[in-house]
Amino acid sequence: MLDDGAPIFTQIAEHLADEIADGTLAEGARVPSTNELAAFYRINPATAAKGINVLIDRGLLDKRRGIGMFVAAGAKALLLEERRNGFAERYIRPLIAEAARLEIDLDGLVGLVRASHHEQGASKV
Amino acid sequence: MTEQGSTPTISVRGLTRRYRDQTALDDVSLDISGPSITGLLGRNGAGKSTFLRIITGQEYASAGQVHVLGGSPVENDAILRRMVLVREDQAYPDLRVGQVIRAASWFYPHWSGDLADSLLADFDLPCGRPVKKLSRGMRSALGIVIGLAARAEVTLFDEPYAGLDAVARQLFYDRLLASHTEDPSTVILSTHLVDEVADLLEHVVMIDHGKIVLDAPADEVRGSVTAVSGSVTAVEEFVAGRTTWDRRRVGSHESLVVGGALDRADRDRARHLRLSLEALSLQQVMVHAAGQPGDELTRKAHA
Repeated sequence: MLDDGAPIFTQIAEHLADEIADGTLAEGARVPSTNELAAFYRINPATAAKGINVLIDRGLLDKRRGIGMFVAAGAKALLLEERRNGFAERYIRPLIAEAARLEIDLDGLVGLVRASHHEQGASKV
Repeated sequence: MTEQGSTPTISVRGLTRRYRDQTALDDVSLDISGPSITGLLGRNGAGKSTFLRIITGQEYASAGQVHVLGGSPVENDAILRRMVLVREDQAYPDLRVGQVIRAASWFYPHWSGDLADSLLADFDLPCGRPVKKLSRGMRSALGIVIGLAARAEVTLFDEPYAGLDAVARQLFYDRLLASHTEDPSTVILSTHLVDEVADLLEHVVMIDHGKIVLDAPADEVRGSVTAVSGSVTAVEEFVAGRTTWDRRRVGSHESLVVGGALDRADRDRARHLRLSLEALSLQQVMVHAAGQPGDELTRKAHA
């Protein structure tokens, strides 16, 4: 579940952010407690708390004292905007670089994107 | 890991222990603050056990100062009752399991009888059996039960799993984590099975040949050493100015290990150079640390 590259707390924060972004954790939903996360991932509770705090600092979670942690209103929109901003950097640029290495020109690349989009039945995207 | 202004739970300065022909600990200075779980890592014979025996007053230092829970542990009963050391080679008096547990319950002021009972059941330890008739694994389990049920302010496990199979070790790690979650204290886990415990640790101390070669938060150690491979020219361009070792080549392909955390820009550059990056596990970091001069690796982990 965890890999060796990134600090564990970062990975915990990313897992939860992914679930908020794709709606698995809806806005207003209760997020697992640090103790629940620690037991599930078999990690130190202090590390789990650090991951949760990253999301609180980013305004994605609300802490309700004595009750628990909840997905903040607007968290999903915030994450989607962040990720859209990083989309070209993370996905398009490597795609163009690899296409150039394979000597696929821009028209060819756009054609491939259209064809794949169609194949995946991505009309809903 | 020391919070500013707080007194470390364990503090040693210039700690040295010489045996007749050997230096087991060589001028070790270290602070450990709790609550936390610290991994004390190193090869067999690196000095881990000597360190733990000295901070629990079971062995004397040749030189240096040791402070635990605000005082010297040497012949200090008030402090020793607040600590528990579970040793791999723990010797027990000629008693039955239940009697050993009862004796321990008298010694440790925060002993939890409920926890002891549930742990005895988890590890299938028969209370009526004489300790000397226990298998090696059962004797290790008994040490673990005492270490956890003591609920001491300082809990030290020195390779406590001799004879325990992988399932029983996982049980130990899970129960350790559960105890620590419920009742956070200062725990040191000395082990050479590094990858098994890596995710439990907040802090990592590595000893090699009696010296501390790494003392850093586990988060910093993760990702601090990376294997890089690709074409020779690309690899060399990427690692210019960085500390590298374990360089290997086949044809025009090269792989090496590079120290220092890689940031987003580094990763983008690696992708552009078509390099493959693989972060080393804590265990692999330790293997490399064993061959490195001390400040070198510490510096890299903090870089």
